[in-house]
Amino acid sequence: MSEMQDLYQEIILDHNRKPRNFSIPAHANHTAVGHNPLCGDQITVLVELDGGVIKTIGFQGAGCAISKASASLMTEAVKGRTIDEAKVIFEGFHDMVTGVAGAEPEALGKLAAFAGVCEYPARVKCASLAWHTLQAAITEGPTTVSTE
Amino acid sequence: MTERAQPIETAADLRADMLRLREEFPALHQRVRGRPLVYLDNAATTHKPRVVLEAMTRFYAEDNSNIHRGVHALSVRATEAYEQARSTVARFLSAPSASEIVFLRGTTEAINLIAHGLAHCRLRPGDEVLITHMEHHSNIVPWQMACKQSGATLKVVPITDNGELEHGAVERMLTDRTRVVSVVHVSNSLGTVNPVREICALAHKVGAVAVVDGAQAVAHMAVDVQEIGCDAYAFSGHKLMGPTGVGALWARQELLAELPPYQGGGDMIEVVTFEKTTYAKAPAKFEAGTPNISGAVGLGAAVSFIEQVGLDRIHAYDTWLLERATEQMQAIPGLRLIGTAPGKAAILAFTLDTAHPHDIGTILDMEGVAIRTGHHCTQPVMVRMGVPATARASLSLYNTQEEIDTLCRAVNKVKEVFQ
Repeated sequence: MSEMQDLYQEIILDHNRKPRNFSIPAHANHTAVGHNPLCGDQITVLVELDGGVIKTIGFQGAGCAISKASASLMTEAVKGRTIDEAKVIFEGFHDMVTGVAGAEPEALGKLAAFAGVCEYPARVKCASLAWHTLQAAITEGPTTVSTE
Repeated sequence: MTERAQPIETAADLRADMLRLREEFPALHQRVRGRPLVYLDNAATTHKPRVVLEAMTRFYAEDNSNIHRGVHALSVRATEAYEQARSTVARFLSAPSASEIVFLRGTTEAINLIAHGLAHCRLRPGDEVLITHMEHHSNIVPWQMACKQSGATLKVVPITDNGELEHGAVERMLTDRTRVVSVVHVSNSLGTVNPVREICALAHKVGAVAVVDGAQAVAHMAVDVQEIGCDAYAFSGHKLMGPTGVGALWARQELLAELPPYQGGGDMIEVVTFEKTTYAKAPAKFEAGTPNISGAVGLGAAVSFIEQVGLDRIHAYDTWLLERATEQMQAIPGLRLIGTAPGKAAILAFTLDTAHPHDIGTILDMEGVAIRTGHHCTQPVMVRMGVPATARASLSLYNTQEEIDTLCRAVNKVKEVFQ
């Protein structure tokens, strides 16, 4: 069972069952849509940016447990952070789930729950979809992203 | 002459023989994540028996050479092996002539060849191409491209909630402008077996070309293209225990003569000058360049293997296993089978009320069970069934009752995790 728990940690199952910030912020001024055409996952990330700070954030959509929990935990991790801080967290998260040597899951707080994903290359896109979508929402450029 | 009575094979004998055949597939005998592999992804690709691996190795070790126009011994042997494979495939499909068999990369390339050719020689603005809602993307997209190029319209036969073509819909949707009817024999995402014989007869009534995508059919049932009455039939080698990268298209001689070449190059010509080139006759016309010779040899060996086992026996065993699997899976609360047409093939697509198909697939993998998850290249079917994706277990002659038990145990584990 340890393999199962490595990937499906209790915190991931909890956020899958009860996603946080699964809502549309009333004053959202940035949004983007992310698709994973391979599994049909679709997520919309909505952000209220205030002077370069993520004041509120919410998401909508459907997906697997990994992608849903990742979106939920992401919203908690970046709320109240500046755009630059959010980017640093994403870089750390991305290194962790893709198994980059020297990645430091400890520095990521609750997001360290996704450390097991690097053992499942087929699931890396599930874990990073919300993050790519957030990045598209808060930076200049296209507001639709796809994992393919 | 007295007829010798054939000993009647019991169901138990049949199961014992399939278990013995399982030993012929080296890749099945391995452990995955510490557990014995349970391979239930046969609709994606099947494993290969030793005779196929050996035929391909032997070709490269002994006969390797380029085919056609070679005067040396190896080239003659390679040509014979390649053309022998063509004859084997012709016999397998009950095709009237081996010259009607074109070796291609697979079903996808075969349908592209037909669609591309018909866009040139038959389809005109206002014409219609009829497909069904359960087609694989490979029998949708080439026709969309052909329609775009020619100005024809794509029409889609609707399907029912259990995954069958709507009764009477094909007949209703055919018009005097229908030029092509292209339909899947066995659906890869629902398992539905379509009444291709009736569909082809209806297509011919309005003068349309009838194309059948046989990718999922050939490994599970005897196919006789003359009995079906189609004009073209395509399949891939790798779903039939042969190698990847090779498949075959059968088409009526007259149709092959009418279709323009798909690619230009060596081997598909008669005479080339800078002013003018004349093309070879089919099948060479459609086999430009050095083909997948070892692949064709492997495919020939796979077809011979299947013929030796016997498609009637494979079908009987498949059906028995499918019934067991269906019964056991239907007993799991919260499990919904997607595709429940009567007489369906051994493909079990399903969803769980509490877990996404991708999570099902990952947890099954942890138990050593290989299934496929996603849209199975049939996105319109997913939309029609109201699901983002499904988990799909697809069976082959080497699967066992014990493996079905393992699958169901693993699905119950998924349910424990996602209570």
